Amino acid sequence: MGRQGSEVLLRLEHVSLAFGGVKALADVSFDVLEHEIRAVIGPNGAGKSSMLNIINGVYRPHQGTITYRGQPRRGMDPFQAAALGIGRTFQNIALFKGMSVLDNLMTGRNLKMKCNLLQHAWYWGTAKKEELAHRQKVEEIIDFLEIEHIRKTPVGRLAYGLQKRVELGRALAMEPDLLLLDEPMAGMNMEEKQDMCRFVLDVNDQLGTTVVLIEHDMGVVMDISDRVVVLDYGRKIGDGTPDEVRSNPEVIAAYLGNAH
Amino acid sequence: MQFFFEVLIGGLLSGIMYSLVALGFVLIYKASGVFNFAQGAMVFFAALTFVGLLELGVPFWLGFILTCAAMVLLAVGIERLVLRPLVNQPQITLFMATIGLAFFIEGLAQGVWGAAVRGLELGIQDQPLAWVMDRTGIGISKFDLFAAVVSAVLVTILAVFFNKTRVGRALRAVADDHQAALAIGIPLQNIWRIVWAIAGCVALVAGVMWGARNGVQFALTFLALKALPVLIIGGIDSIAGAILGGLIIGASEKLGEVYVGPLVGGGIESWFPYVMALLFLLIRPEGLFGEKHIERV
Repeated sequence: MGRQGSEVLLRLEHVSLAFGGVKALADVSFDVLEHEIRAVIGPNGAGKSSMLNIINGVYRPHQGTITYRGQPRRGMDPFQAAALGIGRTFQNIALFKGMSVLDNLMTGRNLKMKCNLLQHAWYWGTAKKEELAHRQKVEEIIDFLEIEHIRKTPVGRLAYGLQKRVELGRALAMEPDLLLLDEPMAGMNMEEKQDMCRFVLDVNDQLGTTVVLIEHDMGVVMDISDRVVVLDYGRKIGDGTPDEVRSNPEVIAAYLGNAH
Repeated sequence: MQFFFEVLIGGLLSGIMYSLVALGFVLIYKASGVFNFAQGAMVFFAALTFVGLLELGVPFWLGFILTCAAMVLLAVGIERLVLRPLVNQPQITLFMATIGLAFFIEGLAQGVWGAAVRGLELGIQDQPLAWVMDRTGIGISKFDLFAAVVSAVLVTILAVFFNKTRVGRALRAVADDHQAALAIGIPLQNIWRIVWAIAGCVALVAGVMWGARNGVQFALTFLALKALPVLIIGGIDSIAGAILGGLIIGASEKLGEVYVGPLVGGGIESWFPYVMALLFLLIRPEGLFGEKHIERV
């Protein structure tokens, strides 16, 4: 452990979010340090996905501020978040199903491409060179995630575990500084989970990407995260290293279900 | 045999005119995953605006460019007022919105330019090419040939544009999943604007061609119905499919009219394409080039 630097990359302060009368998040504050793996855990309906959706701008918090790389803001849209280097995967895989693995990953390069429409219309010259450079980068990611053999397969045809891996690949193609993973190991078997763990750790290690992940598998969470935030009914009930969180009585109560 | 070829070629050339209309549908389907019911109305709007400008004394090319600009404006307006509020809504909602849009555009066009039927003269006669006529005895209409060349050029440009460029890929991404497209940094709004603008300009070319042939009139909006079998046969998300589908429909309806028609009392040209489409739906529901969608359950 101890991969993280001391710089705060992302800080959420007193964030609240409500859908009508339902309070999804109530006054939640926590920070994410550079290069760390930060897990968000909690029972179903605790507000974990809402948290992620706030960070990447799908939802705008009703109260509170988000400070990303020292810039405070109330909210933004997902496109701006992507432009600022926040990449993500979704709980219920959101890949472009009719497109090949390669094309899915290439869409992740969209923001990095500089040629304008007109240059693309002609395709030759600069645009072609650019396309090739990005293709190179995407091939590196394909090698990294060990999905060479399915490169040309339409993702709709792949098994669930592989789709999850492709989705991670697409997020990586953006070369994000902050990677948000919404249950990257849900529905996977042991072997697939181990592979995914390895990929997440490698991304964090080799590329220096900061990771915020939501996960239900406690074994995985405790193994790979540097620090853990625990949510329950929209409130933060625990925050700290895996060991601290594990011995927090409120967390234990929430998970055993006798606190309510 | 000469007669057969004359009918066949005539059919293929008129089929390209269908492709031209179908193309507009394909573009928008590729970008929003929705069948744009307003495409016929856009053809009508574009043709009427173009003719209206010509009547005001605007030169041909300037009129063309101005109408293109009007279609781009229309696209920007549609994106802002119709599509943007409907991000992440089910596709059926978007489809219903295009129905409303169709009525609006039809009304707007007639409100501005009036509802009278107008003629449009491109300066190309609907006469057989003398050169081919003399040598082979087959009559090929100059106008049809012109329309075919224009369509071929347009299609080539679009095919390269959408299959080889980043915009094409972004387009397919947007059609598949709005949320994911936004999250990886595809500017949804821009893509929509671009596609609707291009579809608008394609509608203009289609409107000019059909308007020159049949007159610029409200019936242009029904072209959408002619494009339907083309889309079903070719596959609604394929540019190549729109072309081939148009050729198949054009050739088969003319050949059917001439060779099968007399057996059943004639007049089959108007419904023959739909029967073809029905057969295709039974055999190959995704069309010739359409993307096969696999549902996992």
